[in-house]
Amino acid sequence: MIPPSFEYLNPSQISEAIAMLQKHGEEAKILAGGHSLIPAMRLRLSEPNYLIDINGIEGLDYIREDGGQIRIGALTRETELEESEVIQEKYPLLLDTVKMIADPSVRNLATVGGNLAHGDPGNDHPATMLALRAVVEVEGPNGSREICIDDFFPDFFTTALEPDEILTEIRIPSPPPGSGGAYLKIERKVGDYAAAAVACQLNIDSTGTIQDIGIGLTNVGSIPIRASSTEELLKGKNPNDNMIEEAGRLSAADSEPMDDLRGSAEYKRALVDELTQRAIKLSLQRAEGSR
Amino acid sequence: MSKYSVTIEINGSNFTREVDSRLLLVHFLREDLQMTGTHIGCDTSHCGACTVLMNGRSVKSCTLFTVQANGKSLKTIEGMENGGALHPLQEGFHEEHGLQCGFCTPGMIMRGAELLEKNPDPTEEEIRWGISGNLCRCTGAVNIVKAIQYAAEKMQKEAA
Repeated sequence: MIPPSFEYLNPSQISEAIAMLQKHGEEAKILAGGHSLIPAMRLRLSEPNYLIDINGIEGLDYIREDGGQIRIGALTRETELEESEVIQEKYPLLLDTVKMIADPSVRNLATVGGNLAHGDPGNDHPATMLALRAVVEVEGPNGSREICIDDFFPDFFTTALEPDEILTEIRIPSPPPGSGGAYLKIERKVGDYAAAAVACQLNIDSTGTIQDIGIGLTNVGSIPIRASSTEELLKGKNPNDNMIEEAGRLSAADSEPMDDLRGSAEYKRALVDELTQRAIKLSLQRAEGSR
Repeated sequence: MSKYSVTIEINGSNFTREVDSRLLLVHFLREDLQMTGTHIGCDTSHCGACTVLMNGRSVKSCTLFTVQANGKSLKTIEGMENGGALHPLQEGFHEEHGLQCGFCTPGMIMRGAELLEKNPDPTEEEIRWGISGNLCRCTGAVNIVKAIQYAAEKMQKEAA
């Protein structure tokens, strides 16, 4: 299907793009990688009168580690994340995640910022960023503000962005030595949304005790879910197999899946249970390896 | 709605046209320029039949507006042969029987081109992941993998 007509706007500065958003409000959409927006337009799920293409704005595309954090420009392509040396060396959770997003040609255009700003609980980065305790920076007419990732997804396909704000950067605390992470996703085929997926990021001390842990769940609720009960169970513990089994059960209880073509709610809860256990074990292994 | 002027370099030549904002790149190639080597399969960015290279990267031209390609450099299947000589990938698909109906072939070849550019000596697994966004409903992909391996070998010999 051919998308509905729209006016194409092509700003070269963020301030210009924000002014366009102020002028056109809810009638405008930001075009980044376009791989969620254009299919939605073709299906008439989205019919913006104005498309603001931010691809011509310089300086939104970078991966920089400084001051104890990694900063990812919102327009960074998934492929750039996948090929980044610092991501390959220090962020196994992000590397796992990006490899499970769509397929290589889609990843050449799809952006990290778009994956978050679309607000789709089926997207993969939201759970990843919950596990990594990321903060996003957004820019609007009154300057920039930071939003904790836990506050970024208030409702189904809804974000904390105001209509005249643009997501500009994702900030993730650099993992200390003894950190590991993993993203495990069950999909029916390459390019599908997850039937369920689990993101885990943790840090252990020299005795193997978990100092910090973050767990995010993909596509098992109307928003991306933090598995808080699992995190509480494991923080400060040196987990044995029984405890990891309990962790799986708690994550499944924190999830709120619905029956759909990808499986029954019961099946998806079973996936969350099993994937949580595997993600924790793999993260622990990787944490041992990084110490 | 007003028209937008675009200039796009395609297979080494510049094309300047007035287009609608909503004109998808694949329709621009096939209908405005009559370059019908790029195919439309699923029309939903899943199958990869419409894959072309934009600034050297494989993209699905069914999920890109023509205005987004303004000022960019494209390569399509029509640009792969060189003075009548087949590109090693085209030769590989011929030699290894990497197609049956041929509908997915242009996309497979363009995707294979970026894959080999970045990774001249891929493993079978890397090839399979590399073409995971391109679907073939005939071959089961076995001979497509062999075709890309054939091209990889030939291109490495040529480079040596």
